[in-house]
Amino acid sequence: MKPKTQRLALALLAVAAIVAAALLALSALKDQAAYFYTPSDVAKVHLEPGAAVRLGGMVEKGSIKRLPDGVTITFVVTDGGASVPVRFSGIVPALFREGSGVVADGKFDAAGQFVAATILAKHDERYVPPQVAGAMHKSESLRK
Amino acid sequence: MIAEAGLAALWLGAALCALQLIAAAFAVRGQAELAAIVRPVAVAQAVLTAAAFAILIWLFVRVDLSVKLVFENDHSEKPLLYRFAATWGNHEGSMLMWVTILGVAGAAVALFERKLEARTLWATLGGQAAIALGFYAFLLFASNPFDRLDPAPLEGQGLNPLLQDPGLAFHPPTLYCGYVGLSVAFSFAIGALVTRDVGPAFARAMRPWVLGAWIFLTLGITAGSYWAYYELGWGGWWFWDPVENASLMPWLAATALLHSVTVLATRDGLRAWTLMLAVIAFSMSMVGTFLVRSGILTSVHAFAVDPRRGSFLLVLLFLYIGGALALFGARVGTVREGARFDPVSREAGLVANNLLLSAILGIVLVGTLYPLIVEAVSGTKLSVGPPYFNAAAGPLALILVAVMGAAPLLRWRRDNLRLLLRRIAPAAIAAFIALVAVKLAAPTIRILPWLGLALAAGLALASVAPLWRRNLLRTPLFVWGMVVAHFGIAVSLAGMACDSSFTVEKLVAARVGETIAVGPYQVRFAGVDPTFGANWQALEATLEARRGDGDALILQPQARFYWAPPTETSESAIHTAIDGQLYTVLGKATGDGRWQLRLWWKPFVTLIWAGGALIAIGGTLALIGRVWRGRTRRQEAFYE
Repeated sequence: MKPKTQRLALALLAVAAIVAAALLALSALKDQAAYFYTPSDVAKVHLEPGAAVRLGGMVEKGSIKRLPDGVTITFVVTDGGASVPVRFSGIVPALFREGSGVVADGKFDAAGQFVAATILAKHDERYVPPQVAGAMHKSESLRK
Repeated sequence: MIAEAGLAALWLGAALCALQLIAAAFAVRGQAELAAIVRPVAVAQAVLTAAAFAILIWLFVRVDLSVKLVFENDHSEKPLLYRFAATWGNHEGSMLMWVTILGVAGAAVALFERKLEARTLWATLGGQAAIALGFYAFLLFASNPFDRLDPAPLEGQGLNPLLQDPGLAFHPPTLYCGYVGLSVAFSFAIGALVTRDVGPAFARAMRPWVLGAWIFLTLGITAGSYWAYYELGWGGWWFWDPVENASLMPWLAATALLHSVTVLATRDGLRAWTLMLAVIAFSMSMVGTFLVRSGILTSVHAFAVDPRRGSFLLVLLFLYIGGALALFGARVGTVREGARFDPVSREAGLVANNLLLSAILGIVLVGTLYPLIVEAVSGTKLSVGPPYFNAAAGPLALILVAVMGAAPLLRWRRDNLRLLLRRIAPAAIAAFIALVAVKLAAPTIRILPWLGLALAAGLALASVAPLWRRNLLRTPLFVWGMVVAHFGIAVSLAGMACDSSFTVEKLVAARVGETIAVGPYQVRFAGVDPTFGANWQALEATLEARRGDGDALILQPQARFYWAPPTETSESAIHTAIDGQLYTVLGKATGDGRWQLRLWWKPFVTLIWAGGALIAIGGTLALIGRVWRGRTRRQEAFYE
């Protein structure tokens, strides 16, 4: 091969690889990005069961219930407007309590209950992700 | 008084840095008088920043509360090690460490670089000074670590307890050495573009510096991964957190650079591409610094949110990356492309390595920046997590592993596909046997870990194949380095696949006296007792783990409460066996006399970090081999 053809072939190969990677990335992004919802957003749009969702709001007072297995809890997340029932198996973070802010990653099951895989509670102000802090702030001001 | 001395040292360092830039610029233009001062100034500047950093450490160790930064992040009840390490457990201190390492890296080039042509060296030191100047400005105008408080408070606010761990003394400095060490590669590329001196000699000069930074980066990432694994108590070792990605991206670019610089050094190929990669690698370090330090992401790594800092860093980012790319665009036409090669050759294998690494880098970059861009543009909040990264980057990484097995068995310049197939056959057979054996042993295994285990078996064999029929004592050290590093990838990959497929998790609420089976262990819950440390108190569970008829192992996971600042953390207890780890976490009391316990049996999980260590050891062997050969060559040239 002449150097010029070789360079052209290399460049084409590189472009093909990058396009393939971009397509792979975009299709994965479309399916896998977890959007952030408040309970009011959930009430407005229809969410497919199984889609990755990040849910943020307040833990409703008096809603935390412990199931007999000792490790599963159910509670209700609210933002003043709407509310969503949540189920979680695991060890809840230290600052998780009724009336405080919470962000849960997970998905809805067929019955409309939100099954949380992880729970982040409002922590020390300095270590909360800004978008989460924003959502919590909004829901806290709604409560007042 | 001593804090003011630190600040003065920083200002003086900044002034010398400006002098270094000016002198280097004149030296490159042929002003011999100024050329002589470039090296000494680079060294003096490093000494001054190092002094400022040492002073800050001193203030932290002595808990000098009249300094604002010390007040905000230190506490007199903390053990010495954590007062010392708290120096960089905050924004200002970590930026000072950044600048210190930048200065020291420049000084190391000034002192030890002997292979590079003089003009290129001056241009390189000029580039290093240009980078440092921007970050000096950032420190002095937006992140002054030596600000005073008047009157001095009586007690400090303490450090985030998650950071109170020996990991803090090791992980950030190592990672920063790698991050900032890549600035040398960047400056080399700038130097080469300025003087148009790109060739094998330049590549041989640059290679040890890239290797050095890459070794530190590898160690820093490995250490950070293990730290997150045992400290967070989630049993995971990589979360695709944006901050983790910020360290992975420079590593991917540096790994690609390491391989393309070899093509340039050995065969004088990939000239422009190597320069481009050197620019990209440090650009990724700067992007990472921006992501972590600007406050747009918040995690345990991000300390304070100050929008001014974010914009300052963003300006620096555009200035340096844009400037370097503009220089690249203007000069790359004059860099003659080097030697050519066949589609079946070592060079072609390394090109495939570079393409795949770049594609993975692109995927990680897109996934990391996408949520930020979407939020900035439309206000929609979303997060991109492991499902995206695994689905998009996983398949490419596996192809990369296959290429990694084959490329070292190829000859430079041109080779024969049939001969390659014959050389790779044993490894391919091993991979195939592993593929069948794993599926028979674990029929439900998912596709990525399944292929991962098979490829790990193949790569383990293929990686040592270059030693086949070679006199091991006369094999050059850098060949050993490559073999060990590639073998390390196989080891790490096997650990990742085992952990993701064969981990057994038990989440229970147990009464004292109950026994829980997890993996090969019977774990008896013996009780919960209060305990305390220097600045915390805790509840500590006692677990007796038995395997078969063996003696009981005692594991004591804790739920800790720190009072400065008031925070609860969970301290896992881990037992390492030869074939995996038993990982235990204590949760909360359920109110009816039971306690939540979370237990994992993680087979061969330690291979992940053992592999990381092997990769770094391989890099070190290669570095020693290269530097040694360079020295003996120069001595021979001297005596001839």
